[in-house]
Amino acid sequence: MSECRGKGGVLINRNLVVNFSFDGRSYSGFAGDTLASALLANGVHLLGRSFKYHRPRGLLAAGSEEPNALVTVVRGNEARSVPNLRATQVEIYAGLVAHSQNRWPSLGFDVGAVNDWLSPLFPAGFYYKTFMWPRFAWHRWYEPRIRAAAGLGRAPGGPDPDSYAQCYAHCDVLVVGAGAGGIAAALAAAGSGARVILCDENGALGGSLLDERANSQGGSDAAIWLRTALTQLAALPNLTLLPRTTAFGYFPHNMLGLCERITDHLATPAAGVPRERLWQVRAREVVLATGAIERPLVFPGNDRPGVMLASAARTYLHRYGVRVGSRVVVLAGCDAAYGVALDLHAGGIGIEAIADVRTGAHLVAPAAIAAARAEKIRVVERATVLGTSGRLRVNSVSLGVVAADGSVSNAGTLPCDALLMSGGFTPSVHLHSQSRGQLQWQADAGVFVPAAAAENERSVGAARGLEGLQQALEDGTQAGLTAAKACGLTPHAYSARIAVQEYSTRGAPGALAQPGARTPAKAFVDWQNDVTTRDLQLAMREGFYSIEHIKRYTTTGMATDQGKTSGLNALAIIAGSSARQVPEVGLTTFRMPYTPVSFGILAGYDRGDQFDPVRRTPMHACAENLGAVFEDVGMWKRAWYFPQRGEDMHQAVARECRAVRTGCGMFDASTLGKIEVVGPGAVEFMNRLYVNSWNGLAVGRSRYGVLLRDDGFVYDDGVVARLADERFHVTTTTGGAARVLGMMEDYRQTEWTDLKVWLTSTTEQWAVIAVQGPRAREVIAPLIEGCDLSAAALPHMAVARGTICGAPMLLFRVSFTGELGFEINVPADYGAAIWEAVRAAGQKYDIVPYGTEAMHVLRAEKGYIIVGQETDGTCTPDDVGLSWAIGKSKPDFVGKRSLSRPAMLASGRKQLVGLLTADPHVLLDEGAQVTATAGQVAPMKLIGHVTSSYRSEALGRSIALAMVVDGRARQGQTLYVPMPGGDLPVQVTAPVFYDPQGARLNG
Amino acid sequence: MVESATARSLEFAATRWLRPLPPAARCIFCGDEAAQAALVAALGLPGSAANCRAVSANGRSLLWLGPDERLVLAPADQRQSLSAAIEAATASHAHSLVDVSYRQVALELHGPTAVRLLNAQCPLELTATAFPVGMCTRTIYAKTEIVLWRTALESFHIEVWRSFAPYLVTLLGDVAKESGA
Repeated sequence: MSECRGKGGVLINRNLVVNFSFDGRSYSGFAGDTLASALLANGVHLLGRSFKYHRPRGLLAAGSEEPNALVTVVRGNEARSVPNLRATQVEIYAGLVAHSQNRWPSLGFDVGAVNDWLSPLFPAGFYYKTFMWPRFAWHRWYEPRIRAAAGLGRAPGGPDPDSYAQCYAHCDVLVVGAGAGGIAAALAAAGSGARVILCDENGALGGSLLDERANSQGGSDAAIWLRTALTQLAALPNLTLLPRTTAFGYFPHNMLGLCERITDHLATPAAGVPRERLWQVRAREVVLATGAIERPLVFPGNDRPGVMLASAARTYLHRYGVRVGSRVVVLAGCDAAYGVALDLHAGGIGIEAIADVRTGAHLVAPAAIAAARAEKIRVVERATVLGTSGRLRVNSVSLGVVAADGSVSNAGTLPCDALLMSGGFTPSVHLHSQSRGQLQWQADAGVFVPAAAAENERSVGAARGLEGLQQALEDGTQAGLTAAKACGLTPHAYSARIAVQEYSTRGAPGALAQPGARTPAKAFVDWQNDVTTRDLQLAMREGFYSIEHIKRYTTTGMATDQGKTSGLNALAIIAGSSARQVPEVGLTTFRMPYTPVSFGILAGYDRGDQFDPVRRTPMHACAENLGAVFEDVGMWKRAWYFPQRGEDMHQAVARECRAVRTGCGMFDASTLGKIEVVGPGAVEFMNRLYVNSWNGLAVGRSRYGVLLRDDGFVYDDGVVARLADERFHVTTTTGGAARVLGMMEDYRQTEWTDLKVWLTSTTEQWAVIAVQGPRAREVIAPLIEGCDLSAAALPHMAVARGTICGAPMLLFRVSFTGELGFEINVPADYGAAIWEAVRAAGQKYDIVPYGTEAMHVLRAEKGYIIVGQETDGTCTPDDVGLSWAIGKSKPDFVGKRSLSRPAMLASGRKQLVGLLTADPHVLLDEGAQVTATAGQVAPMKLIGHVTSSYRSEALGRSIALAMVVDGRARQGQTLYVPMPGGDLPVQVTAPVFYDPQGARLNG
Repeated sequence: MVESATARSLEFAATRWLRPLPPAARCIFCGDEAAQAALVAALGLPGSAANCRAVSANGRSLLWLGPDERLVLAPADQRQSLSAAIEAATASHAHSLVDVSYRQVALELHGPTAVRLLNAQCPLELTATAFPVGMCTRTIYAKTEIVLWRTALESFHIEVWRSFAPYLVTLLGDVAKESGA
């Protein structure tokens, strides 16, 4: 330990020494230290390099608003490396390994610092202005190099080995921030019986209660009150206390997102404990006790290590016993700075001078000045700062004095090793603003404060511009009682009192006065993005007027700190330079998250195999045993093909297709969506919904149905069976099941309330085994009872009930292959047994299980479309050759009116056709374009595209389906498919390649 | 006569806090108030189910899922008889009765950690006052739809579509592991 560690420090335990490393060097601190306080205690002020100019930077703050000291913490390996953590919030533990960022080869000597010398070349908008030419070079050269140079930290390497938890919680009152106001609010609300959640972003609760000077007994009134209050909080069964938990987002209806950091502060986290937990809290009432953030002052050289917010120095002293310097100059833009100077002075830190930078006489409080002078501290009034010096740490400050006429004269240079500044305090209105609450400009305090709330929330204490601990306590208490009352509870009287010396926190935002009209270089407004006063003024000179545009042009207020320290100063500078008032300049949006959150908590449990539900059919294990290769269809795993020993996919699919065309194949069709439409209004419901007419469909028969959206485009299709007068069994595409049911319910519940009809999904009730091929009937006949399978009794598109191997069965005589086919529906629990029974019965006919790929080939040979493959959401029934399905005499159906729009009837629409390549071995690419003539050069006139393309085993050649402009009229023509190797000539044919008369269906 | 096929339901191992429930007869019944009254009589229940509430008697349960929609649960051996009895009793009312015995499976989550395990991924408030014993509703657990029915203070009956059940069971296991249940 060096002389930087003084006495005191309410958060540290001097009996527990903690060793850690920073940039490869070992240091020690005490349990309770943050990385920032521990480094300061070791005399380390240089913690990082700035984003753009690579200027040496130290700590500006002591809390989550820190814009400079961003570090990477590595736990074990690269996969557990976390970049861009604020050193002020990293709690040290034994063995902590931290690295600075944005420097090479080292923090002390950084090659990138050449940018600082070249900074006149890098004004705001530099990239936009410079990297304009040649045009293609942006993507190829400039952007990759700029990104490599400008990155902030490095993404972790490898998958994150930690786990992340999520939970929902409900409470009466959520209190954000456990400072004086928040704790008082929580005690008042919980004391009234409310269920309360109290969260705070820090490990130690208390906020500014922890920053009060100890009295002669070694404690402070504030610390004593805090200790009692925390004991009371812990004893309340209806209160949940969440330290290290940041309320990062305010969502509609009082839903707040909280990020709880569970293990980051532990040396050896227990196995299995999640690193972080996302709390999604639904609160009836919210109290925002988020405090206020001190504003830096804007003057030349205000970013050197050692230049720091005044309140931060006080925090380091009282919480950690750390002295930020031994010769300190305090720049006072508000009375509170005097309080800090007096505290440091009492702590044995030499105060060179207090330079009061306020020039409006009414702003200066004589009592503060008198108190300082009573301690023999030099006070320079009407001061300004002309510059600072010191490469890796500030070593002097040049002061000026502002005369009544505004002229500035030199007032000499003071040596110092820390320069503290306080421009006043800005209420943290982020969450209030995120909740769509309004803000109001408080001119006398120079801040925005919360106005009308849009949700059930209220801000208390410093977060709404009140000053001092006592006011915060009273305000918090009142808010807690009001919130409890709003929850229907009887407020239980509660009062709290702390006697402390209070100083005003009001200041005036903006830049300090400078001699003449010159705008100094390197007077930083935004520390994180290296935005200076000059950049803002340049942006305005170049015509940017709105704060939203200036923000984007200069990047002020962007990145991880979202302008916590810079926002108001930037607004005031812009207002001052354009003769506007701050409210006229406006505010940029307060975006969530308040501080960065990991991707881990957002992903939560959704990772690996559990990323999405994986749906398996009742016959999945059967297919696995047969060596099936599966493909993903929506959430379903479907058997894609069944390779036998030595077969590749092409060979397996060819064999499966051959079996269906010549013998028999079996296929798991369980994933098809199924919906039962039941009730006296069922027929009318179907008539209104589908393009087909359903009146004439007899019980025990089925029909191919087409469903449109109201814009007239094909939405879904499937076989619909009439099981009874008032009962339809509707099938949908696998991927369309949920959205079709949703659309049906929408119409049923909102448009057609006159119909007594109800919808029930039965997709998972049934396992479906398709048995297809010339021998299909012979295969299944021996297994079935109670149902005549003959062509006369059960013709194509007939439906019957019966049993199969004793199991109840719904049997469809349908075909998606063009062969004689059946689809056996059995209750899901019977699926596997019936699959095995059919396979056993089919052995003597060489039955072959086939997958979705063979199914696709077989249906393409027949020109049957797949919605979503042939169609793309812009196809009418006529486009895909389905106008025959439309019930012509129906008065209406969904989409009917759209079908008569001129554009739907005009020529020039793409129509479904078949394409045959001149070379039968050539397989077209799905998605390839079609042209009318050969040899076109880009931009070509494209008249269509290939939608499906397969090798057809039955035809012994390649086949393709395509959507081609006026395609049906082009049959017989030769068109071209331009490919990298040249144009492929193709002949346009009808889309049915195999058995066009359909004779095989009726076997 | 062909050999009879045996039904095989989905199987899950029980844990300290999760128990797979046996196969059951299930149907979805939809209809207006008169039809619902006829249904209650057919099931031999003491009264109809209030909004978001279940009523049970003699092993049969009626769960309110929507203004005109109920889920009927009964022992598996009543699969045939139940439907027939309901159809007979409600024939004079417009209604829809659909057998969903095999569409979904049931799990019972029980013990002092049950609420915590549920709230990890279910957004509902599950305190005894907000979601008392006897309350039921369709809701979500992470990315799957479930029917959640509180059968005792620390016991929940969960209905989930069969293909989503492995996802649900695995996820509950993941959540329990991390919270030390």
